[in-house]
Amino acid sequence: MAITMTKGQAGLTGNSAIAYAMKQINPDVSPAYPITPSTGIVEEFSSYVADGAVETELITVESEHSAMSACIGASAAGARVMTATSAQGLALMWEMLYVASGMRLPIVLTDVNRALSAPINIHCDHSDTMGARDAGWIQLYSETVQEAYDNLIQAVRIAENKNVLLPAMVCLDGFITSHAIENITLIDDAAVKEFVGEYRPVHSLLDTDNPVTMGAMTLQDSYIEFKRQQSEAMARARDVVIEVGREFGKKFGRAYGLFETYRLDDAEAAIVILNSAAGTTKVAVDELRKQGRKVGLLRPRLFRPFPFAEIAEALKNVKALAVLDRADSMSGFGGPVFNEVRSALYELEKRPRVISRIYGLGGRDYKVKDALAVFDDVLKIAATGKVDTLQKYITL
Amino acid sequence: MDERKEHPLGGVIPKGGTAHDYSTGGWRKLRPVLDRDKCTNCLICWVMCPDSAIITEDGKMVGFDMEHCKGCGICAVECPDKVKAIKMIEEAD
Repeated sequence: MAITMTKGQAGLTGNSAIAYAMKQINPDVSPAYPITPSTGIVEEFSSYVADGAVETELITVESEHSAMSACIGASAAGARVMTATSAQGLALMWEMLYVASGMRLPIVLTDVNRALSAPINIHCDHSDTMGARDAGWIQLYSETVQEAYDNLIQAVRIAENKNVLLPAMVCLDGFITSHAIENITLIDDAAVKEFVGEYRPVHSLLDTDNPVTMGAMTLQDSYIEFKRQQSEAMARARDVVIEVGREFGKKFGRAYGLFETYRLDDAEAAIVILNSAAGTTKVAVDELRKQGRKVGLLRPRLFRPFPFAEIAEALKNVKALAVLDRADSMSGFGGPVFNEVRSALYELEKRPRVISRIYGLGGRDYKVKDALAVFDDVLKIAATGKVDTLQKYITL
Repeated sequence: MDERKEHPLGGVIPKGGTAHDYSTGGWRKLRPVLDRDKCTNCLICWVMCPDSAIITEDGKMVGFDMEHCKGCGICAVECPDKVKAIKMIEEAD
């Protein structure tokens, strides 16, 4: 598909922007199995392959389990590898996600967030990537089409950094971001090429002069050491995300950090929320600020590794906050983001009160009025110090 | 201790031939025993052993590498019917 730019901007859906970023990155191999709502990525990227616009070997596989398996094989052979999926697709990859991260293969995956069955549903929530949160993959969440495009380009650099060497997934909201057209600024092909650089694998199965074995068995005598190495690499990824986000900002004018704060500096009440719903929440913040209410927002961008110390620091002066999850951990104690944020705040001497709200599952709309209602609760808690309802479902 | 050398990135085995240094004989339940008088040195056992655990010298069968023999008994089965020079016995005995 030809992309027409006006004054350096192009109107693109999230899927088109991701496919375009993949074209610019020009990975060596892309095994993929299309699934709603990420189908557009694979569809458009396969057009680029057919048109000879990229040198990528596109492998059409029979399932997502095979897609991730082929990603692992190609990455072990020394290729730069990218793929995309959603929901059940990511779930079917689950077994192989752990193999990719354990073998320290810097595969980059786009997940267009979609609810997991059952009941079957094709719309947005975060139950798919939250289910993979402990799989050893770096996770970057994106509020907008622009951020999804920028995140994908940065993810290549982060994953392939020699101090990291872990797979990374870029997450954007199904339909809301993947199918809505937004005016975004695209980076020149040459600048993207220069930014991501050439991938030089540490080991390659195709290097017959230096034969290696990958994926060998380790037992009680060494498995735990490999897992500790992996965990330390994940912790190091935090610094690399900061470095790459800063460099990206210097080069292209859009800097990224571990998370975004919005009118949080003097806020007494706050909402913590991922992805596109942060945009809706910002409108509510503006409305309440006009009325003189001290409210703000924190939107995590990096969820794995979880920047617990920085998030605690950013929220330490807030009296009360609500963590909104578009996925339920089914633990009986709030959603996954709630669990992480609340746990991070425990280190503080003086802790804010924290409540959990589950919203928008299966693509249910989250509107400004929903954010205002949450702020109403949080402001009451900030004023009284008393929590009425610790956790509940909203947008019902 | 150089930990990275001890535990290379992602569990990669960075060179070939390392199986020789790793003992896999520890889980053996049955152990092969050679009757040297019966053995004709046909070396069918050497061909068939999946763990390269048959030791030979000058084209003759001389014994088993017990660090790598896992006691599968293939050698005893494959030893020709007219010879039957290898017997599997319980490790516990």
